[in-house]
Amino acid sequence: MSTDHEPGRHRLYGRLDDPAADAGHVEHPPRVGFFTDTSVCIGCKACEVACKEWNLVPDDGMNLLGMSLDNSGMLGANTWRHVAFIEREAPLGGQVSGVEGMPTGASGVAHMEATVAAGLRDTERGGGELGTTTVDLGMPSLSLPGAATGAESRTDFSWLMMSDVCKHCTHAACLDVCPTGALFRTEFGTVVVQQDICNGCGYCVSGCPFGVIDRRPQDGRANKCTLCYDRLQDGLEPACAKACPTESIQFGPLDELRERAAARVEQLHERGVPEARLYGEDPDDGIGGSAAFFLLLDEPEVYGLPPDPIVASRDLVDMWRHAGAACAAFVTAAVAVFVAAGRR
Amino acid sequence: MTQGGDGRALETGTRTFARSRRGRGEELMVPPAEFRSYYGRPVLKPPVWEWKIAAYLFTGGLSAGSAVLGAGAELTGRPALRRAGWLSALASLLASTYFLVSDLGRPERFHHMLRVAKPTSPMSVGTWVLTAYAPGVGIAAMRELVPTRWRTTLPGRLVRRAARPAGLAAAALAPAVASYPAVLLSQTAAPAWHEARRELPFLFTGSAAATAGGLAMVLAPRGEAGPARGLAVYGAIQELVASRVLEERLDLVAQAYRTGKAHQLRHASELLTAGGLAGTLLGAGRSRTVAVASGAALLAGGALQRFGVFEAGVASTKDPRYVIEPQRARMAQRDAGSGSAAG
Ligand code: SF4
Ligand code: SF4
Repeated sequence: MSTDHEPGRHRLYGRLDDPAADAGHVEHPPRVGFFTDTSVCIGCKACEVACKEWNLVPDDGMNLLGMSLDNSGMLGANTWRHVAFIEREAPLGGQVSGVEGMPTGASGVAHMEATVAAGLRDTERGGGELGTTTVDLGMPSLSLPGAATGAESRTDFSWLMMSDVCKHCTHAACLDVCPTGALFRTEFGTVVVQQDICNGCGYCVSGCPFGVIDRRPQDGRANKCTLCYDRLQDGLEPACAKACPTESIQFGPLDELRERAAARVEQLHERGVPEARLYGEDPDDGIGGSAAFFLLLDEPEVYGLPPDPIVASRDLVDMWRHAGAACAAFVTAAVAVFVAAGRR
Repeated sequence: MTQGGDGRALETGTRTFARSRRGRGEELMVPPAEFRSYYGRPVLKPPVWEWKIAAYLFTGGLSAGSAVLGAGAELTGRPALRRAGWLSALASLLASTYFLVSDLGRPERFHHMLRVAKPTSPMSVGTWVLTAYAPGVGIAAMRELVPTRWRTTLPGRLVRRAARPAGLAAAALAPAVASYPAVLLSQTAAPAWHEARRELPFLFTGSAAATAGGLAMVLAPRGEAGPARGLAVYGAIQELVASRVLEERLDLVAQAYRTGKAHQLRHASELLTAGGLAGTLLGAGRSRTVAVASGAALLAGGALQRFGVFEAGVASTKDPRYVIEPQRARMAQRDAGSGSAAG
């Protein structure tokens, strides 16, 4: 690691082309990942179900959350694929919603969001327990479509759906902070928890800049997507990608996926969808790029993603340097008070 | 989503992203940023850590400060302060270990922390530092506990012989014990902890000194407690200053410290620590009552400070604004930087 305390490039930050080799896998298969193209997602949740079945992930409650058709809410210990649903009062490039001709009034979206947000605030972890345990938000009451009068109150409409997953970061904060070595980098470049080692210290939960990994209350251990490590070892693709009927979830070697994704964005731009953008594919971003990256149709935060995540280990040297200075002050003060007081 | 659907929670900040952008006079290519989020849901997972982790931070610091007092008293011939120091160091170390282990999801697997040494994980570093620190504290404290009639027995003599080097070795590690928890909190995605990475070590070592000094003022006679008062004064001042600097430097994320439960705890802490500081400076050398009252105030102040810092970190993970807005501001700054570089 460089001793430069400025956040520059060092082993824990910046571009890193081969994380598996960096972790000591001498001969290893190519790094794999997911390219999740949300522009073709139909929100069927086959990925959520396939993941639960294959990985025997426990139930996290069958919830009506008031978040459109989302009923898992967030990634968590018991939700390793999460399908987000966003109802927007805005059109999407290349789509005709058809609302102009309809007797609809203003949508209930704003009201729904306000109700959900208020409900989340009252839960113990501010809604962060979603995806891990059941959250009761009550049912938001909505007025009927068309209850408001007049064409002027009509709002345009589009629906965004996105299947979220652990990013399998190049610089994985969860892995950096894990004190037991339970989290490790596989030969495929992915990040996996060894369940027989994790002691549930919870550090990874606070380390992850995406809010992915969480501790499972049932067994006290950290849980997240393994990118189907067992299936990879047998030459199979992960269960979610296998189940996805629209190829929204594409699995493959990361290099190939990045090429495919770049071509897809260009294609969408040509077809009049200027909103299309990639998220997490840049190897120079704050986490060194993720193995699971996305094509989004709006800003990342609309999907619940951080717009510019960084791995906290970027500042490791800076943090210890300040701790060292604080130690020096502490020692100086301690010596000074005893010297000043003298021997007795 | 539009407005994050959450007008109330979003108004806690002094400024919004949209305003900060305009303030820098950038042209607004995109419509002024309304805060948007996914149904107001957190972006991060709020910590699974409970209050026990805040208690662990407090007792760990108290142990480190007390060990330093015990060792100093040993070297300068202050038997009562030495006794108070080492017994406090051991008791708070035991409490700290209890809080740490019982907050694990699988406490019986605590020892898994010892299967690796990972420099990238402050919790691993801290575990090893504590592992090296604990035996010295144990031996030094054991000497204080050996009954008089056993002093001349072989084990009694051995403990007395070993106490000094063991205690000094522990005291040498005490600064690390007091400061590593700051790095532990800072190396997380929680904005209020990560952003405070430069102040937290000073806040924590200051608080360790203030609370250890305070406890020794309560336990040791006035005549021997001079160094304890000195350490308390240093610690209290550093704790108060670091706390202020932190709030000043942190910009938007400072709101996590300035509002809600974190604010209440830290406000009470500052009053108690300032009161304890005044008492220590003005009367603790002359009156036992003042010494005890000041010591207790410093202890309480230090404890509330740790709980306040803990709460601020948790709050900053629950409200997505603390995550999204600083990141947006960072992106805007970067865009502005590269824009001016290009043209
Ligand atoms: S830091 Fe979060 S997103 Fe990245 S690999 Fe770990 S759990 Fe996945
Ligand atoms: S909870 Fe488990 S996986 Fe997470 S950091 Fe602690 S030991 Fe590692």
